[in-house]
Amino acid sequence: MKILTTNYLTCALRACKSHPNSFPLHFRDAELQQDSLPFNAAFIANILPRIDWPALLTTAAELGFTNLPAEKPDTVDEKAGMELHRILIETQVVEGKLVCGNCGHDMRINE
Amino acid sequence: MSEEPSQLQEYLIYFAQIHETFRKAELDSLSQLTGVGIEWKEYSDVSPFAIVHLPNNSSAKALIERSILAKGIYELWGTGPDYDHLHATIKSQTSHLWPSCMSRTFKFEIECYNGKRKQSAQREIIESFAYLGLDGEIRMKEPDMIFTVLEEFPEKVATPTRIFFGRRVGGGSRALVERYDLKKRHYIGTTSMDAELALVTANMALVAPGKVAFDPFVGTGSFVVSCAHFGGLCLGSDIDGRQIRGKSGRSVLSNFQQYGLVGNYLDGFVSDLTNTPIRQTPFIDAIVCDPPYGVREGLKVLGNRDPEKGKEPVIRDGVLRHLQDDYVPPKRPYGFLAMLDDIMQFAADHLVPGGRLCFWMPTVNEDFSQLDIPSHPQLQLVSVCVQEFNKWSRRLITYSRTQGCAQAPPMREREDRNGSKKATADELNSFRKKYFEGFRSSEL
Repeated sequence: MKILTTNYLTCALRACKSHPNSFPLHFRDAELQQDSLPFNAAFIANILPRIDWPALLTTAAELGFTNLPAEKPDTVDEKAGMELHRILIETQVVEGKLVCGNCGHDMRINE
Repeated sequence: MSEEPSQLQEYLIYFAQIHETFRKAELDSLSQLTGVGIEWKEYSDVSPFAIVHLPNNSSAKALIERSILAKGIYELWGTGPDYDHLHATIKSQTSHLWPSCMSRTFKFEIECYNGKRKQSAQREIIESFAYLGLDGEIRMKEPDMIFTVLEEFPEKVATPTRIFFGRRVGGGSRALVERYDLKKRHYIGTTSMDAELALVTANMALVAPGKVAFDPFVGTGSFVVSCAHFGGLCLGSDIDGRQIRGKSGRSVLSNFQQYGLVGNYLDGFVSDLTNTPIRQTPFIDAIVCDPPYGVREGLKVLGNRDPEKGKEPVIRDGVLRHLQDDYVPPKRPYGFLAMLDDIMQFAADHLVPGGRLCFWMPTVNEDFSQLDIPSHPQLQLVSVCVQEFNKWSRRLITYSRTQGCAQAPPMREREDRNGSKKATADELNSFRKKYFEGFRSSEL
């Protein structure tokens, strides 16, 4: 499960979806894996406006990434783009759980 | 290729004579994607040759580059019912182009549709173009120019009734059909979409480098693989996680590895489209899918067949059953039309403006009418392409997400379509019923 994907996932329960605590989901017992994948500048530029930045900050901080800017940049240069690429695309949780902050239900992640 | 100063704006497209109703729609989609305006001058489903108007050679090349169903595109120099007429038009219309062809390497090719030419006859045809006065070197490998004679033979007739002559400008991507052939793919299932139509679907969905593509019924990943080929970043989900994970090292992921596309695979996750965990926000550029229609695979969503049952939590070994690792949630049969409504609403909620929804829909031939094509206020119908089988057919339906906020459409007959909760798969799904009845006509 890539960090990017969690930016679009919430609890599937209808009752939870409307509750602010259901997003973002929280990683628990997460085992991280760092991949090396080709940098795709077009993709970063395309997805950046569609990212929920506060949720990304929360998820990233829970996994120990604290060097993202507090406000979403409008555009990113190559250096900032690479950093986003590293966190959004190259970092994945290969084992663990995603937990809904509202109902407490957990969803397993396994590769 | 360098820009040719050219008076001609007429181009000949040589299509594969297969999946005919998809061909124009595919190129119209590529026209949208590349920004090359296309004007159809002559097109027919029964012929592999079409004539179009395009701005110039480089735009013609760009337009056709990704096409799966077009083999090549030619700057059209002349056409006629026989060689006398053909040569006459070439002489009267293209003599101003001849000087620019001098001293350049070239070769001739002959394409016979529905017919054959012996080598001696081919040679004779090529010699008949001597008046062009080409004085460059003939080179079979990578010449500067390829002149092509394209002949169209009617069924079982030895002489062609239509002949075209042109200079080749570009080719399509038909070689990909071979490269992504399911026979050579490590991980496939009973419902994997064949490579050719999966690639066409990706073209119709305007998948391009950096775009987000999603298949909510990902299965073994045939659509996302073709989307990844065109540079899309892919997400897949399925109600059955076993399909995504595969086994013995063969999985959706291993398919991406096989083709060197791992960087284009984002994630696969288990979910049910009708109870989706995806946050309601437009972030997807293309949704491509072949929804289950209950023949080869069950058409089910999460829930209990009996709405009265399953309300009480079950405890096993002192732990709530639904929190245990091997818990499989109950599923109930669902109607195909209800599923289509859900897909439409999902697309309206999650596609960015201009994003595309492409899905496949099976129909019994005698029952189908245009009215059966689902509609949604935020989804504009782009095209409907048909693949005919004997007694049924399936359609690839493409929509474009309009501007503006998503709103729930009046779900007409929604409850009707969904049926009573206790309905059987047959009652919910008339296509499935007819399929297993062998498509007997209703009058019999």
